[in-house]
Formats: sequence, structure tokens, C-alpha cells
Amino acid sequence: MRELRVDPIQCQGRGLCAAAAPALVSLDEWGYPLLADGTREPITSADERAAKRAVRACPRLALALSPR
Amino acid sequence: MLTTAQRPRLLTSTEPGWHAHIRAHGPLPPWPAAPSNRLLLEVEAAGLRGRGGGWFPTAAKMRAVMTASHNGGGPAVVVANAMDSEPASLKDATLLAASPHLVLDGLVCAAQAVWAQEAILCLPQDNPAVPVVASALAERSSRGADPLPIRLVCPPHRYLSGEESALVQWLNGEEARPSMGKPYAAGVQGRPTLVQNVETLAQLALIVRHGAAWFRSAGTQAATGTTLVSVSGAVNRPGVVEIGVGTSIVEIVNRCEGVSAPVQAVLTGGYGGAWLPAALGELPWSPEDLAAHGGSAGAGVLVLLPGDSCGIVETARAVSYLAEQGAQQCGPCRFGLPALAAHMHEIAQPATSPFDQRGAAHLSSRIRGRGACRLPDGASRLVDSALEVFADELSAHRRGQCSGGRQVLPTPRRKGLA
Repeated sequence: MRELRVDPIQCQGRGLCAAAAPALVSLDEWGYPLLADGTREPITSADERAAKRAVRACPRLALALSPR
Repeated sequence: MLTTAQRPRLLTSTEPGWHAHIRAHGPLPPWPAAPSNRLLLEVEAAGLRGRGGGWFPTAAKMRAVMTASHNGGGPAVVVANAMDSEPASLKDATLLAASPHLVLDGLVCAAQAVWAQEAILCLPQDNPAVPVVASALAERSSRGADPLPIRLVCPPHRYLSGEESALVQWLNGEEARPSMGKPYAAGVQGRPTLVQNVETLAQLALIVRHGAAWFRSAGTQAATGTTLVSVSGAVNRPGVVEIGVGTSIVEIVNRCEGVSAPVQAVLTGGYGGAWLPAALGELPWSPEDLAAHGGSAGAGVLVLLPGDSCGIVETARAVSYLAEQGAQQCGPCRFGLPALAAHMHEIAQPATSPFDQRGAAHLSSRIRGRGACRLPDGASRLVDSALEVFADELSAHRRGQCSGGRQVLPTPRRKGLA
């Protein structure tokens, strides 16, 4: 099991993660990604490709897919 | 619970000088000639937990620093935190003004325990204890009392400048903003850094003298020893009291010569803590007992809210303060906190026009757990507890009524980072 993590200091709410993986990442009212556990979200193997797309899309390098 | 009536251990000295310190506490035992983990084991056996707000086991933190040091991190640094970040907290300054040498003993002992070669004491610029500490340091150095140098530094006094990672950032020449870094692994100058509250260090200095069993003779099973509580609001003698952990809130108030007005609720832990109804006055003051009822021991802040204050107005003022003191780094906090403060001020106005408190509850859940530090979590918890504890007040506001405008929560003018 892996997890998607956001570094909230690096994240500037550009929203490219949600555009790259709309089924996985939604944004709050200010444009910042909403993850299940605040700054992290468990990723199933079925969602792993979408999570990688979100990570690659971030211009701030604020997202990471890490082992739990 | 073992002890409620507890004689002071930390606040015994009436005079801050070296001789009064030795009369009150005796000298420290001699230093071991070689590195030894005896002190660490004693701290572990005593069950000492951090008094800066988190109540994290001190020995576990020390071990993390030692492991990082051992794994290539190099010699550790120890930082004594006396930043009293919570506006209603006075305990760090009070302790240092009364017993600077006890804190400095503890700082040196902590440095010995993790084999550190540098010790730093951080006290806010505007703190009246600064000259007391400076002369205590001069006394020690003229006596050659310490095996390593201690540096006094004075960061700006802001809500976040006492946050562990922010303090480390400041010591590294940056703005005092929280980071995602782990000070225990890479803190001051990139070295493993043990940051401990000054009360924790003073307790450590007593454990070194009297041992773990003595330390455990006060407090609860889970939270041992005595602790300092800053009491303010509707009490006859506001100030800092030392209690055995687990002493009831009512007993703490009695130590402050009782209430000065009828009390409707108490703020526990500070602006990063939570409101509890006055009916819970018999609750023991311990992190576990308070948390079980939604409260927080935090850094030992207790504010009594009198009947002629409005809990919603007070909470709105506290949230505004937190919003202004935020580091402006993380989006959910930067945008969410001002929005939350605005909602709280809106429902703080008694108005017969319809208003919606769900906005505040929604924003509170929106910011929780989404920042680099715990500031947004604290604000969220404070608001959630206010909506619950002051539900009757909110109903009154809908009828155009309000309990009153007496302000008890301090919102000091401190320069924010915005």
C-alpha cells in the first residue's frame, strides 16, 4: 500500500493535480487538494496510475507517492 | 491518581540567585566522566512528558536525537524553549524569573543525556525574565558550573515563534516559520536537535537530584509529577500555580483564591485547546482526563469565562488572533482561517436576521490536519468546542440577545508574518 502526500508549504493551489487525476483528487474552495487524511491519502493499486499522473502534474513538486 | 495536594517542587525559590538555588535544591550530582545513558534511563523511569503542550515522552524524544546523532548526524544541540507562545500562558517566564538556575541545570543535564556539545536558551525579546537569566548565566560562568557553553537568544514573540520547527528555522537565520523538517534529525545547523520546554527541563533537573520514584510520587499513572498552570479570567488571584497532575479544576481555582464571578465555561490548553462547560469543574487536570472530555492540558493554560462574557465573541477574537499570527505558508490555513474568523464574528453578532452556524463548522473541518504545523488544528478544535459548549448562547444570539461583552482572552499586539 502506498500513499499520496502533499507538502502543504510547497503547494500553491495551482490545481494541476486535480486536472490530471480528477477521479482521485478534488479541490477545496480555495483550489488546494483535499486528501483523505489531511495531507495524505492511502492509494490502492487500482489508483496508483492516477496518483502518479497527479504527482507528475504538480509544477511545485508538492506531491509525492510514498510507501505508507 | 496518586496525589492531589502537592507541595511545590519547581516554584520554591523566592530569589533567583545561585545561593538561594543551592539552598532550595542542593547541588547537582557530579557529572559522569564518560558518556552514560544513566540519565536517559532515569528520565524514562520517571515517565517525564513534555510540558510545552504536546506531553510527548521526553525519553523517547531524547532517544530519537541520540539515534540521529549516532547515524551520522554529528553532535547534538539542545534548545530550551521558553517562548510562552499561548497569549494566556505565563508559566515559562514565571519559572525563569523565580528559578533560572533550575532550568539551566536541566538544560545542561539534557545536553549531557544526549551527548550534546551546544545548549541554547530561547526567551522572547519582550520578556521581563531576560535580565534575570542573563545574570544567572554570568553567575554560572564565573563559577565554571557548566561543562558546556549556554547561549541566550531572544527570538521575536509570536504565536508560532515557539513552535519547534519554527524556532529551529529562526536559529538557522530564517524567519520563524514552521517547516516540514524534523528537528530531532536535522535541526540547528543541520544537527540533531532536542527542543524541550523550560518546565520540562526544570523537572529533569529535579529527577537528576531525587530520582524517578520520587518524581512519580506526584501526578497520575500516565502523566507523572507536578505541572505549572497559568490561571486567568474570573479568579481572585490570577497567576501561575504548581499542581500535582490530576488535581481537579476546582482545586486549581481554589489555589487562586476562588472565582471572582459566576463561571460559565473554562478554556483549557489555550487557543490551541478547547472550551469545557463549567459543570466539568471536578475533572482532574491531566492530558488524558481532559482529552476524554474534549479538553486539552496543552501548555497548562486555564481561563475561566465569567457569566457576563460571550463565549462566541471570545472565540471569534481568539480565531482572529490565530489568523493574524499564522505563517501564511499553507493554503488551507492562509485562506481558511480568515474565513473562519469572519464566520465566527458574524455569528457573534446577536441578530434576528437568519444566520448560519454551519459555515463555521464546515470551515473548521476544512482546515483541520492540512497545515505544516498544528495551528489550524488548534483553531478548528477551539471552534468546534465553542459551537458545542456555547450552543445556548448561539440560540440567544438568534433571538437578538447576548450574554455580554466582557473580554477575558488576551490578544496581544504581536507583529505577524503577513
